[in-house]
Parts: sequence; C-alpha cells; structure tokens
Amino acid sequence: MTGPVETGPAPKGPMDRADARLRADTGFAGALKGFSDRVKSGDLGMLPVAVGLVVISVVFTSLNPIFLVPNNLVNLLFDCATVGIISLGIVCVLLVGEIDLSVGSISGFASALVGVLWVQQGWPVLLAIAAAVAMGAAVGWVYAQLYNRLGMPSFVSTLAGLLALLGMQLYILGASGSINLPYESALVKFGQILVMPAWLSHALALVPGVVMLIVGQRRRRQRLAANLSAPGLGGLMLKAGLLTLALEVAVGYLNLGRGVPYMFGLFVLLVVLLNYALTRTKWGRSVMAVGGNREAARRAGINVRRIYTSAFMLCASLAALGGTLAAARLASSSQQAGTGDVNLNAIAAAVIGGTSLFGGRGSAWSALLGIIVIQAISSGLTLLNLSSSLRYMITGGVLAIAVIVDSLARRSRISHGRA
Amino acid sequence: MADPILSLRGVSKNFGAVAALTDIELDIHPGEVVALVGDNGAGKSTLVKVLAGVHAPSAGVIRFGGRGVTLDTPAAAMKLGIATVYQDLALCENLDVVANLFLGHEISPYALDEVAMEVRAWTLLQELAARIPSVREPIASLSGGQRQTVAIARSLLLDPKIIMLDEPTAALGVAQTAEVLNLIERVRDRGLGVIMISHNMEDVRAVADRIVVLRLGRNNGVFDRSASHHELVAAITGASENAVTRRMERKEVQA
Ligand SMILES: Nc1ncnc2c1ncn2[C@@H]1O[C@H](COP(=O)(O)OP(=O)(O)OP(=O)(O)O)[C@@H](O)[C@H]1O
Ligand SMILES: [Mg+2]
Repeated sequence: MTGPVETGPAPKGPMDRADARLRADTGFAGALKGFSDRVKSGDLGMLPVAVGLVVISVVFTSLNPIFLVPNNLVNLLFDCATVGIISLGIVCVLLVGEIDLSVGSISGFASALVGVLWVQQGWPVLLAIAAAVAMGAAVGWVYAQLYNRLGMPSFVSTLAGLLALLGMQLYILGASGSINLPYESALVKFGQILVMPAWLSHALALVPGVVMLIVGQRRRRQRLAANLSAPGLGGLMLKAGLLTLALEVAVGYLNLGRGVPYMFGLFVLLVVLLNYALTRTKWGRSVMAVGGNREAARRAGINVRRIYTSAFMLCASLAALGGTLAAARLASSSQQAGTGDVNLNAIAAAVIGGTSLFGGRGSAWSALLGIIVIQAISSGLTLLNLSSSLRYMITGGVLAIAVIVDSLARRSRISHGRA
Repeated sequence: MADPILSLRGVSKNFGAVAALTDIELDIHPGEVVALVGDNGAGKSTLVKVLAGVHAPSAGVIRFGGRGVTLDTPAAAMKLGIATVYQDLALCENLDVVANLFLGHEISPYALDEVAMEVRAWTLLQELAARIPSVREPIASLSGGQRQTVAIARSLLLDPKIIMLDEPTAALGVAQTAEVLNLIERVRDRGLGVIMISHNMEDVRAVADRIVVLRLGRNNGVFDRSASHHELVAAITGASENAVTRRMERKEVQA
C-alpha cells in the first residue's frame, strides 16, 4: 500500500481552490467576469427576461403612457397570479422532461367545479376549492400512471386530457354555461380587490434581502469552518442591498396606486416554496436528475416513477388552484374559463423565464419572471386596443422566440461542455 | 475458504432472441478480487447489470450472504451493499460533481447539507488522486477520465460489501490507474469483494485473485493470476489458434 500520490507542496488554501488551473474570481470584477463567462457559454439564466422586460416597458410606454401607471401595474400583478400559478406547475413537468398540455382545461374544469359545488350545491367555499385541487391531483395521477405503466408520451395523454376535461367542464356547467360568483364573497374579493396595507408590503419587501444576508452569512461561516472557499461578505451585502432597494422602490410605486395584491403575494409564496423544494431537498435533486438523465437517476437508486408521479400531480394541482383563482378574478365560472391562450401562456411563461423544454434545467423563478413578461405584453397590446387576433399572433411569436433562445442556448452549452 | 458473500447459479439473461448470458456460475468471497474477462460482447457488462439490479435475470438463483435474493431494482442491490461503476458511467450531465456523487443518498434530505457533501466529495476525490478543478461544475464539463473517477468515487460512498467495476481504468491516466489499482487492493484488504472487468491483462494480473473468463455468454474457465498469457487468450477467444497468437508468431518470424 503506497501513500497518496504527492503532487508538490500540500495546498494551504481552501481545499476547493487547490487546483492550479482555477482562476480565482474574487471581488466585484471577478463576479462580473464569471457572469459574462456563464452567459457566453449558454447559461443565460435570467438575462433574456431582464432584457425583454426593459424592451417591453420602453416600447409600450412610448406607445401609450398609461402602461406604466401604478394601477395598470397592479392589475397586471392580479392577472399574473392566476396564470403564474399554472405556469409554476408547468415548471415541474418541464424539469422532468415532460409536458402537460391540458393545464388550461384543468384550470377551466376546476373553476367550473368550484362554481357548481360552492354556488349551486351550497358547499363551504374552502371545501369546494379543496375538491377542485383534489380533482387536479387525481388527473395528474392518471397522467403519471399512463406514462409510468403504459409508456404513453405525456404530450399525447395530456392532449387527450385537454379535450376530455373541456368536455367535463361544459357538461357540469350545463345549459346556462356560466355561474356568477357572489361579489361580496371573500374569494372574489381576494381575486379582485384585496391588497396589502402599505406597511405590510414594505415590511415584506425587506424580507428577501434580510434572508439573503442571514443565509449567506451562515453559509459563509460554515464553508470557512470546513476549509472551503466562500464568497466575500462585500458582494453579499451589495447584492442584498440592491435587491432590497429595488423591491422597496417597486412596492412604493405600486402603493401609489392600489397596492400589492394579496393574490400576487400568494403566488410569490408558492414560487419561494417550490424553489426551496427544487434546490434544497432530495426530491428536487431527484427531479433534476430524472430530467437530466433518466437511466442514471434510476441506477442511482431513485424511484423514477414516483418522481414522475409527483411532478404530474403537482402540475395538475397547481393548474386547478390557478383555475380557481382565475374564477375569483372574473367572479364567474364560465365555458370560456381556461380556453384560448391560458394553456400556451402558462407554458410560454415557464420557457421564457428560462426553464428548458429539454428537461433538467430551470427554476421556480422562471414562472414568475416569464408570466410578468407575458402579461406585460398582453396588457400593453390591450391598451393599444389591438384585436385578440393580433394579440394571439404576437404572443405566438414571443413563444417562438423564447423556444429559439432555449434551443440556441442548449446548443451553445453543448459546445461549451455544459449540457 | 470462507463462505461466498455472493454466489450465482445457472443465471441466464435473454434479450429477445439473443442469449446474452447462459447458465453463469460465479462465487465472490469477502476480501477477494475477481477479474471478469472476455471478448467484446461476451456478456460481462450484462452480468454486472444483472447483479446491480438494472436487468432482471431470465433464470437462475442469486444468493447474497447465504440468502436467496431478488435484485429487481438498483435500489435493492445498493441496499444489500452492492455498488457498481458502470461502463457507460451513468452520470447526470446537468448536475455538478457533488450532486452526482450523492445522488439518491443526499445528506439531510429536507435541507440538503451542501457543505458536508462538498467536504466529503473533496476527501473522496483526493483519495483517488483525482484531477478535478472544481466540484461545482456540471459533469458535462469534465474529461472522460475525470468522469470515470467521479463514478468510482460514488461507488465508495455507501460503504458497500461488494464493488463491481466495469472497465474502471479504460479512460484513466497512468497515475490515476495506479491509484485505482491501489484502491482495489485497499478495499479488498478491508474485506470487501471486488469484481473487476478489464481488457488490460496487465491490470488484471496485478490485482486479481481469480480470473473468470466469459465467452459468448457462458463460463469458459477460471484461472489464478499465475496463468500464462497464452492460456488466458485461448480461453477468451476460444481457440489456441487465434488472431492474437497468429500476430505474435508473425512478429517472431519477422524478428
Ligand atoms: N439492452 C440490451 N438489449 C439487447 N441486447 C443487449 C442489451 N445489452 C446487451 N445486449 C447484448 O448482449 C451481449 C453482451 O453484451 P455486453 O454489453 O454484456 O458485452 P461486454 O462483455 O460487456 O462487451 P464489451 O467488452 O464490449 O463491453 C451483446 O451481444 C449485446 O448485443
Ligand atoms: Mg461491457
């Protein structure tokens, strides 16, 4: 038995900085350099969205100044929440490399179910919502079984589901075709008018920065204690400071209008929860692994079927919840709920936000950023009084661009060895 | 000798009409290195996959620690303590080195302990003399040999009772190959059973206690490390007159 192969003087610094080929990216300039390297190699992250949002704001504001008026933005956030929650589910299935094309129909059926059970049958509203979400979970379970047991591609099974669920929606709504939800109810108020008091929204806007500082500082200390390199404290404080400033300014601006909708707060909360689950839990790791290389995940001992089942069920449940909130937003359950561009907007938002259609790459934040882009475009086009025919064409074009960016970035990642 | 930790009797595997394995018998004892050799397509990797729970055998009995077992999933094999380094490595290219090492066995599942995992990763990789600049880069950015080292490191993570290495040194540099051979001896001395597949007779002879030859999916002899090159090649190719001997004769004539 020989000792370890000696390779020059023992490394003194942190053990993850021992290799001579590593460039030490320290300080602000280092962070900038690392960022530009990542972008060039196809790891675009949030960049396309940020650029897109700036372009959209400039263009639409110059066409119609109302676009940037606080109350228009507040309305925009109300609209973001419903489809955004559906899009959050899409992120889950895209990450395992599958798709659910029926989220629109699930949301429509859920809204019809809430209307029928709550308004017509007199169920307590929470029970009706729970039933709708349970319906979503059941639909997702069926898709997962079709995929796991019969090997049915998800785009086929969910396409079938799209039609079947739309049929059920029309069936339970019956001849009248639409049910009005009572205006004074908490659900409709939540979907239409309830906003946070100014102090609460300002306090909540502090939270991300503070959490970032505390978590970042704790991680720094742990890493240094374990003899690993850690990012500098200055950069961390700068980032947290900028984030807090941006959020406080945004919240202050919204408070010039009606304020920050509670419904949008719920959406952001769900995004944060899913983000934690995806990045900090074993389940999330498994989701990424299954999306990246299914066979490798199986050989690592992961129960691949269970991961698919959880992704499909989560997606359909979130779609049902989104549909319920959409009904609240419109104060009605109608035959039109969930039809039209809901499906495509939800999928487009996830892709625009940076979740890959090819699986194993993306984040919960993509739903939030993507849906803001989509709704900003749709709101801007509405302000211009464009017909829905043109709106569909333009949204379709934006989706196409997002997919092209995704495909090009993937190609660039492969050629830079980061697939 | 002690009782075998793993023993196979009459194990067969068919892929449709192709009989990849037929009536395989194999015993692995604790603290023993068994080399599995054979030509391309002889069924070595298939045998490893059957033992790893990737493929279900079509027939036969597998006994582990004296008890009959069904290895129907990779998780079942791992739970028994059978660790595998696959020929095709089976790593997730989109995840970084740490995530791949701990895949399926993350530390603290509801709040991943990234620091502990990273420290353990560096320790394991240093044991293998790995030349990996950063464990936070996706696997896709590593060279073939670096990936192989990661796959080997992963097999050591779970304190297995048996390690199966399918051509572990195929892509490795000189120092890393030596380090893997050292490692094989080290785990053998700790009382683990090792199954090693290799086409490199030098490596095989350096560490193997027994050499098991497969040919066309069947057992074709068991040798110890003193067996001559000629004997081994004859068993692998199935004839004492073969391409290798003809080539050697030609060289002798020219010389
Ligand atoms: N999944 C599969 N489906 C069908 N046939 C397979 C499959 N896997 C292996 N085989 C067949 O089984 C036989 C043995 O293959 P195996 O991979 O075990 O060979 P090997 O001994 O590992 O060869 P090598 O030295 O080239 O790695 C081959 O004829 C191969 O075509
Ligand atoms: Mg092989």
